Amino acid sequence: MGKTRTTSAEGRERQRLPARRFRTTSPAALRADSVDGGSLLAPLLGLTDRAFSDCPDLADGAMEKMSRVTTALGGSVLTGRTMHCHLDAPANAISVCRDAAQVVVAGRSIFKIYAIEEEQFVEKLNLRVGRKPSLNLSCADVVWHQMDENLLATAATNGVVVTWNLGRPSRNKQDQLFTEHKRTVNKVCFHPTEAHVLLSGSQDGFMKCFDLRRKDSVSTFSGEATEAGPWEWAMAGWVPVLPVLSCHILRLHHSFAHGPTQDAESTANGSRESWGCPLYPLGLCSGPQAGQSESVRDVQFSIRDYFTFASTFENGNVQLWDIRRPDRCERMFTAHNGPVFCCDWHPEDRGWLATGGRDKMVKVWDVTTHRAKEMHCVQTIASVARVKWRPECRHHLATCSMMVDHNIYVWDVRRPFVPAAMFEEHRDVTTGIAWRHPHDPSFLLSGSKDSSLCQHLFRDASQPVERANPEGLCYGLFGDLAFAAKESLVAAESGRKPYAGDRRHPIFFKRKLDPAEPFAGLASSALSVFETEPGGGGMRWFVDTAERYALAGRPLAELCDHNAKVARELGRNQVAQTWTMLRIIYCSPGLVPTANLNHSVGKGGSCGLPLMNSFNLKDMAPGLGSETRLDRSKGDARSDTVLLDSSATLITNEDNEETEGSDVPADYLLGDVEGEEDELYLLDPEHAHPEDPECVLPQEAFPLRHEIVDTPPGPEHLQDKADSPHVSGSEADVASLAPVDSSFSLLSVSHALYDSRLPPDFFGVLVRDMLHFYAEQGDVQMAVSVLIVLGERVRKDIDEQTQEHWYTSYIDLLQRFRLWNVSNEVVKLSTSRAVSCLNQASTTLHVNCSHCKRPMSSRGWVCDRCHRCASMCAVCHHVVKGLFVWCQGCSHGGHLQHIMKWLEGSSHCPAGCGHLCEYS
Amino acid sequence: MRLAAAANEAYTAPLAVSGLLGCKQCGGGRDQDEELGIRIPRPLGQGPSRFIPEKEILQVGSEDAQMHALFADSFAALGRLDNITLVMVFHPQYLESFLKTQHYLLQMDGPLPLHYRHYIGIMAAARHQCSYLVNLHVNDFLHVGGDPKWLNGLENAPQKLQNLGELNKVLAHRPWLITKEHIEGLLKAEEHSWSLAELVHAVVLLTHYHSLASFTFGCGISPEIHCDGGHTFRPPSVSNYCICDITNGNHSVDEMPVNSAENVSVSDSFFEVEALMEKMRQLQECRDEEEASQEEMASRFEIEKRESMFVFSSDDEEVTPARAVSRHFEDTSYGYKDFSRHGMHVPTFRVQDYCWEDHGYSLVNRLYPDVGQLIDEKFHIAYNLTYNTMAMHKDVDTSMLRRAIWNYIHCMFGIRYDDYDYGEINQLLDRSFKVYIKTIVCTPEKVTKRMYDSFWRQFKHSEKVHVNLLLIEARMQAELLYALRAITRYMT
Repeated sequence: MGKTRTTSAEGRERQRLPARRFRTTSPAALRADSVDGGSLLAPLLGLTDRAFSDCPDLADGAMEKMSRVTTALGGSVLTGRTMHCHLDAPANAISVCRDAAQVVVAGRSIFKIYAIEEEQFVEKLNLRVGRKPSLNLSCADVVWHQMDENLLATAATNGVVVTWNLGRPSRNKQDQLFTEHKRTVNKVCFHPTEAHVLLSGSQDGFMKCFDLRRKDSVSTFSGEATEAGPWEWAMAGWVPVLPVLSCHILRLHHSFAHGPTQDAESTANGSRESWGCPLYPLGLCSGPQAGQSESVRDVQFSIRDYFTFASTFENGNVQLWDIRRPDRCERMFTAHNGPVFCCDWHPEDRGWLATGGRDKMVKVWDVTTHRAKEMHCVQTIASVARVKWRPECRHHLATCSMMVDHNIYVWDVRRPFVPAAMFEEHRDVTTGIAWRHPHDPSFLLSGSKDSSLCQHLFRDASQPVERANPEGLCYGLFGDLAFAAKESLVAAESGRKPYAGDRRHPIFFKRKLDPAEPFAGLASSALSVFETEPGGGGMRWFVDTAERYALAGRPLAELCDHNAKVARELGRNQVAQTWTMLRIIYCSPGLVPTANLNHSVGKGGSCGLPLMNSFNLKDMAPGLGSETRLDRSKGDARSDTVLLDSSATLITNEDNEETEGSDVPADYLLGDVEGEEDELYLLDPEHAHPEDPECVLPQEAFPLRHEIVDTPPGPEHLQDKADSPHVSGSEADVASLAPVDSSFSLLSVSHALYDSRLPPDFFGVLVRDMLHFYAEQGDVQMAVSVLIVLGERVRKDIDEQTQEHWYTSYIDLLQRFRLWNVSNEVVKLSTSRAVSCLNQASTTLHVNCSHCKRPMSSRGWVCDRCHRCASMCAVCHHVVKGLFVWCQGCSHGGHLQHIMKWLEGSSHCPAGCGHLCEYS
Repeated sequence: MRLAAAANEAYTAPLAVSGLLGCKQCGGGRDQDEELGIRIPRPLGQGPSRFIPEKEILQVGSEDAQMHALFADSFAALGRLDNITLVMVFHPQYLESFLKTQHYLLQMDGPLPLHYRHYIGIMAAARHQCSYLVNLHVNDFLHVGGDPKWLNGLENAPQKLQNLGELNKVLAHRPWLITKEHIEGLLKAEEHSWSLAELVHAVVLLTHYHSLASFTFGCGISPEIHCDGGHTFRPPSVSNYCICDITNGNHSVDEMPVNSAENVSVSDSFFEVEALMEKMRQLQECRDEEEASQEEMASRFEIEKRESMFVFSSDDEEVTPARAVSRHFEDTSYGYKDFSRHGMHVPTFRVQDYCWEDHGYSLVNRLYPDVGQLIDEKFHIAYNLTYNTMAMHKDVDTSMLRRAIWNYIHCMFGIRYDDYDYGEINQLLDRSFKVYIKTIVCTPEKVTKRMYDSFWRQFKHSEKVHVNLLLIEARMQAELLYALRAITRYMT
């Protein structure tokens, strides 16, 4: 183990080299920046000339200190293991000393320093001294100075900012007490390079900058302030407050600019305490409700920009400030919906700021550009309490949550859906996280409400990616199939043989491999798309059928006829037959159907209902052949089928049953039908053609059917048969099975009509099986349509759940095809409670005003903004609150009925615009 | 304030709600109706509130566009324009948020079925014997297809709802006693168990209706005309005037005593306001100078907490309507018990450790999406609502006073803000005001018109309604905090 560690340390050494080089260059960059600012200022303020000319010294000093930081790690290699220790009380925040060997834990009733040793945490110092617990010690936040090992600051829940000097000889290390905030202080932050500058952000909406050598704050920033224009402050004649540059500059500055600074401070203070008097000398607008500045949740000094700090607010805003300009912020943008709990500057990339909010998002912003640009967004599962960039890993950051979720996640922001690592040690929410050393990416420390302090080792983290299932599968609307999997997996698969699924779709699908873009070397998966063959028949028939079917509003017989016609016109013979069959079954046997049949027959195939006729003929033909009813031989039936085209092979089997059933409706059919035989034979193969290739009958089907010959066609046997295609269907294409069903129905027809006068109820089971069959086959459209058309007649035979399932699948399909009207009609007609609720719940119609294009939120017909009624009827001049029909030529319209009525009598637009409207 | 003034100006032109109802009957010819044997209900009392003179309240018809939209929304959502809405419209900004939340809770997507929601509303309102809300929701409950049998008492409702009874009781009167065991009991009751989402929905409903009951009593909301107690079948001939006369201005006779009472003390109360403002100013100024020691700050909270239990009015003159509402009670004896009385020590709830913004919101929004947002908005509006006026004074920063009221209510529930000096409460809230607050928040059914009149005598009615809004929102938040903390503890 020791060996591994050394090697990894070597690795780090090597890795760190460029980093260190980068570090050393940074003060130079800083200087350049400052000089930039200085050159701008120079003409305005003689003072700053000197101030900025001092900058290089300062920067050099910073560089010196920084190099010390790096050498600290260089000297001693970090070692340790995943470990935790119990604290006496819940922790609210933790912070690490720059030597990476100590950590301070603060909470409501705990404030201790622990030494991080090889195997364990050792309590080193309890800073909570004194007999009586004071609220000053109830810490909301703690921070350890990154330049000075002896300096700490805490934020107390009662609004006090306390600094601690570990170098004090007495037991009480408390150094200074700032009681300037009126509410809880949420965050304190030391300047990364400046020894005496401390920033605090409070619930009262103010941020204060303290110089530790002074008794009170140097400047106050109000979250209420509006954004400043670039360098506008200089024009306003303000003397910049530069409290932070160095002691020397500070003194100089104050001696020089004493008056104005005092003024600024007193005004800022006064504004809070006076009664609604103007807040700022610059005349910031303060409405009647101002004075309620938003609470500050986090403040962070930029690591790379000397003067910049970021603050986040409860209302979702993030502000960037220049420490020298307390009057207004440099920039403000809304980062989150709801409070922004935390932010963190990227240690390397200038201007990268990560923010985390209550809206469960972590966002990475680039604030160097003119507008803050959202670079990355990570969606977590709970509100984000803390976010910390991982050292030495450009795209990694660690987050923990404020509620519900106890884990710590390390994310790669480029891969926002799966955390790169996860630490699951804590039993209650994690309240503080800190990387142990600014240049070591493998040690993470965390404190939690469960009263424990943990050190996590990156190599011990659980990696959700490992557990994730990296395959995805999705059907497209038109039968396309997309499939994504790990590249290695796919490669192996395709190397062996074409994807297994191909076997099932030998004709319709071909495989296209789109190598997905390699995801920055993190994970690569291959996306395969199986497309339906262009000629393989799209889903046009589905759309047409859905649109043209009649489902209600007419007598059953008409509905069935209509639908049969539609189906036949679309070349779907079996479906058409089924409809006709249903009509015969369910329409009172004595009257309507007979009349209809006669009618159609009388008309012949020429014009009336050719489909009907062909159906009759085809299915009756066997019966005709064996005029002798019941005891007809199989042989006869076979011979008949020979006449029929090959696609109807199955009918052979059905004919067997007809030995019982066929009652020969010859009395009225015979003559006409015979006359049309030729036509029929021509017709059938034609219609069956598209299905030709699949119409190979499975051999297994035969024996089953033969058995049935001996028994009356009881429901259970029919069911058997219905099932049998599925048993055998694994090999045969399902489409070929359709004829089976229509033939079943045919059998029943003869029963119903002529033999025993069975009530339609008798066929309930049969119809049910048929519906099940269609649904199984994938034609849920048919199942639902029949269900709706037949209504009560079959509903009782099918269990509620199945119905609901069919309905929802069909509605889903319709909606994917954007057939909203049909889908709504189906919803309306459905009797299933769960389905009819669909339209009552979660249905929102959003209407935009036709004048101002704004959404009309409150009511659909009056616009709140322009106070106009959106849609007036051109006929009655009233507001249209339902269906609105309008002419696409002149854009006038109105109530559907009104317009229809109007256009019956006139062809001109009712609005009088002279347009000749057409209503179709 | 602004609204009240508008209402005054527009007073003569439009008819009051009751006037509208009354007039229709007059126009139709009273004699005929009586001959037909139809009993015509007539409104009792004047206007939507028993405490606020009708002329102070906005008249339907004289509202501005924003309020009109609110009324329209309210009517569209509920099918009525209830008295609560008519009183709350003093503060349209709040009303909008309130209606939106209530609409979402009762009618939009949520884990609980509709009739459950209304039944829970009934349960909650019944805890405070608030017949007004009970009546409203009994109607709604039946309207959405609830089983009338349930209304015969909680024992007739499903076991699942019965289980909720205990939580309802504790939440209404002593929310600090809620533990995760309560939650566990509800979530793990085999076939009668609640899901977390349902429970959060139920808790939000319970707290909403507890505090709404407070508002109903606190503003003396009159019963709706279609509900029991909202109308009479007695012909209005007792004093022999038609209701139309009332709206024509004759009815101010009834208000004479009130006005005279106010007149008597007008000078006193004028000084009251002045004194209050002076105190606020002093507090603002001397805040920085005398820093109280930590111990003192801590003890101030304890003192305030302890004192809050002595502020109790002795007058229980008004007999509470003990009608059918009581059937929802199992345990009438269980009422508000003062925090930390009886020697039982309950640790102080620290807002810094569990607050609505950080914790409560996240939990609610997680389990019952969007509601967290709505409630959050409502809290914000209620807490930040101000017109910068105080009685006759303008441009006053009232944030200190509002914060004192808010924190005083939380203090009564044992919720402490570390960063608040509880000494301020004593300075700003006088005894009669405290009595009113305490009564409304803890035992709203005991509020009397005298209490309402006796605090802040110089303030406008709209300001008193504003106070009520603060009270109910603070109360709701306090109850929610306790309940949600228990749920959080259960989950961890």
